[in-house]
Amino acid sequence: MGVLGDIGRRARGAAALFTQPLLPDDLLGTLNPLWSASEPHARVVGLRRETADTTTLLLHTPRARTPHRAGQFVGIGTRLDGVWQWRTYSVSSRPRDPRRLAVTVTAVPGGTVSGALAHRTPVGALVRIGPPAGEFVLPDPVPEKLLFVTAGSGITPVMGILRDLVDTRPHALDGAVLVHCDRTPDELVFGSELRRLAATTGLRLVERHTAAEGRLTPDALADAVPDWAARETWACGPAGLLDALAGHWDRFGDPDALHVERFVAPAPVADPGTGGRVTFTTSGITADAGPGVALMAAGESAGALLPNGCRMGICHTCVGKLRSGGVRDLRNGDVHDTPGQSVRTCVSGAAGDVEIEL
Amino acid sequence: MPETPSAAAHLTDEQVEAIGAELDAIRAEVVDSLGEADARYIHRVIAAQRALEVGGRAALLFSKFPPAWIAGTAALSVAKILDNMEIGHNVLHGQWDWMRDPKIHSTTWEWDHATPAEAWKKTHNYEHHTFTNIRGKDRDLGYTIMRITPEQEWKPSNLVQPLTNFGLSLIFEWGIALYDLEFDKVKDGTKTREEAMADLKTFWRKSRKQFAKDFVLFPLLSGPGFLQTAAANLTANVVRNVWSHAVIFCGHFPDGTETFEEDRLDGETKGQWYIRQMLGSANLSGGKLFHLMTGNLSHQIEHHLFPDIPSNRYAEIAPKVREICKRYGLPYTTGSLPRQYGKVLRKITRLAFPGGGPKADVTPLPARPKPVGTPVRLAG
Ligand SMILES: Cc1cc2nc3c(=O)[nH]c(=O)nc-3n(C[C@H](O)[C@H](O)[C@H](O)COP(=O)(O)OP(=O)(O)OC[C@H]3O[C@@H](n4cnc5c(N)ncnc54)[C@H](O)[C@@H]3O)c2cc1C
Ligand code: FES
Repeated sequence: MGVLGDIGRRARGAAALFTQPLLPDDLLGTLNPLWSASEPHARVVGLRRETADTTTLLLHTPRARTPHRAGQFVGIGTRLDGVWQWRTYSVSSRPRDPRRLAVTVTAVPGGTVSGALAHRTPVGALVRIGPPAGEFVLPDPVPEKLLFVTAGSGITPVMGILRDLVDTRPHALDGAVLVHCDRTPDELVFGSELRRLAATTGLRLVERHTAAEGRLTPDALADAVPDWAARETWACGPAGLLDALAGHWDRFGDPDALHVERFVAPAPVADPGTGGRVTFTTSGITADAGPGVALMAAGESAGALLPNGCRMGICHTCVGKLRSGGVRDLRNGDVHDTPGQSVRTCVSGAAGDVEIEL
Repeated sequence: MPETPSAAAHLTDEQVEAIGAELDAIRAEVVDSLGEADARYIHRVIAAQRALEVGGRAALLFSKFPPAWIAGTAALSVAKILDNMEIGHNVLHGQWDWMRDPKIHSTTWEWDHATPAEAWKKTHNYEHHTFTNIRGKDRDLGYTIMRITPEQEWKPSNLVQPLTNFGLSLIFEWGIALYDLEFDKVKDGTKTREEAMADLKTFWRKSRKQFAKDFVLFPLLSGPGFLQTAAANLTANVVRNVWSHAVIFCGHFPDGTETFEEDRLDGETKGQWYIRQMLGSANLSGGKLFHLMTGNLSHQIEHHLFPDIPSNRYAEIAPKVREICKRYGLPYTTGSLPRQYGKVLRKITRLAFPGGGPKADVTPLPARPKPVGTPVRLAG
């Protein structure tokens, strides 16, 4: 493999002399985007309508990708009105086949991308796809007693985890509990599959229909799962629910036993700071970043092409080195001004004028 | 030095700023309407260019066979022109950055040209587009090697400039590359020797590969057709050079375009900047295919007003800009390529000799409006 890899590299290097200033990959990608190795694409090969506003997209990639771990997410890039947009979606399918994976998208009212993906993507469409990332995964070995708490589209990464467990370690589901909330039984994403799972494995499913029963509170959860404190818990859902759970685990449980996945960035701090002028030294682009405006957003509106992934401080794809000046973490107000420090441009604002290597 | 007033001298301060506001509105309208159709356009042009290049190179593997030589050379010439003009020049201006496509972006693009993209962005996007037609600042005015406005002092060496110009047109890409190294700035001390050496290294790395590809690698692939393929590649390069030289010289040098004094820059407002761009540029008339092959630099006026608006939109803006010019009594210089190029050649020939006035194309400060606010920073 080492020798073959070396020969492959040399062959590509030699071919690049003939195609320069382009790379062979650019020509292949022009012919068929699926052949590009530097901009991995996937084709939508199937669509499953889960509920009125949620659709699962079945994606096929032409070559084996880095396999994901159940619970992780990928970046999905789509061209909307000519502009490439990237958003993050948890993988809802099993990791078994790295060339095929599914994401389950809920259309967010007023959202730029989710509505287009959920409602207006035809079979055969091409999307770009990033490498898997994320820490919302089960450890190995799997803890004895599992609890999952999900609401709405928060079920997606947990569905990936459950499907993987059924496939590889069904005994881990024995005695596991899933508390899943949605407005009505019909709106419950993956409802019938979850009910079938509960019927055929040792998984206990607690459905909560919030239209009738109201939102899930930590107390209601403790009532439904009395031994919650003895369990290792994975939770994903709206920010309000996750914040309440985190507070509850802080006060009455073991905060380390609670793992959360957030789809939306936590509310920014009240004092967004001063703002300032941000210069991206590699692309040479300078932009005004007003108070509370993320450096990434400011740079993008000035035409900078900045690396991005989750756009909320999770995936670390957007990191650049601080050259000079200071930045403020918009989530907690902390100011960082050590030159050479890594800065996540998606959640950092300018604290005065700042230079970032990107 | 006696100078004739500018074609914009009759405008009041308010009119100058009103023109600026109208042009800003045109720009905003185009930027707002960019979308899928534009993205498809540039993808199609890129795909066509790559197909022509691959097809041309493939045909030239059989370059000993004359029809293959002709077809291959023609395809490669067109590919090189498209690569430099409609694609490279415009992508490097950031015209397609709005698509946020890492492959078609001013920070990642490289072109089939001796000048490395980075060097070009500095001397062209920044220096030429900011200081358009300012004598002593806009190096594209060519004052380093030719006398192209009567303000420049005549030197005996100018006598050969029609020949210099012809020679330059043949090797235009190398001329630009050398000129982008800005050795003249080392002489006058505005550039350090180290900077110049670093630029020279980048240039050497890029141009060595360019040279090897056209004159060693592909000819070798053709086996017995080595010389024929090398000749075909040379021809394609020269065709591209002569063509782009003609188009580019017609953009700022024909009769009717003005040049400006350096102190015009002090406190120049956005409105005044726009007017300088309009008076300093000239268009070429022609059909759709012609515009494509000039990289839409046939819409030089619109390009200089809005250097970072996608080129496929200049044609629809042009009538609006022309109408503004008409309404405010400003010239809008345009004509066919042969006509405009004829004027350029006539001027270069005339200025090879001393004199050359009356300086009808020369602009001192027109009744200059008072600076409004801070000087604008200019994109692209
Ligand atoms: C790690 C991670 C995993 C994710 N996994 C999934 C997934 O599996 N399925 C899925 O549907 N989405 C998932 N998301 C959310 C997804 O990335 C997008 O944020 C979401 O699809 C909205 O994108 P949009 O372009 O439509 O909205 P935008 O135009 O980006 O935002 C419009 C408005 O909607 C709000 N908003 C954004 N996301 C949500 C949300 N999820 N719920 C409520 N309001 C929101 C924003 O704050 C904003 O005000 C995940 C996000 C992260 C960070
Ligand atoms: S984009 Fe993911 S951390 Fe910034």
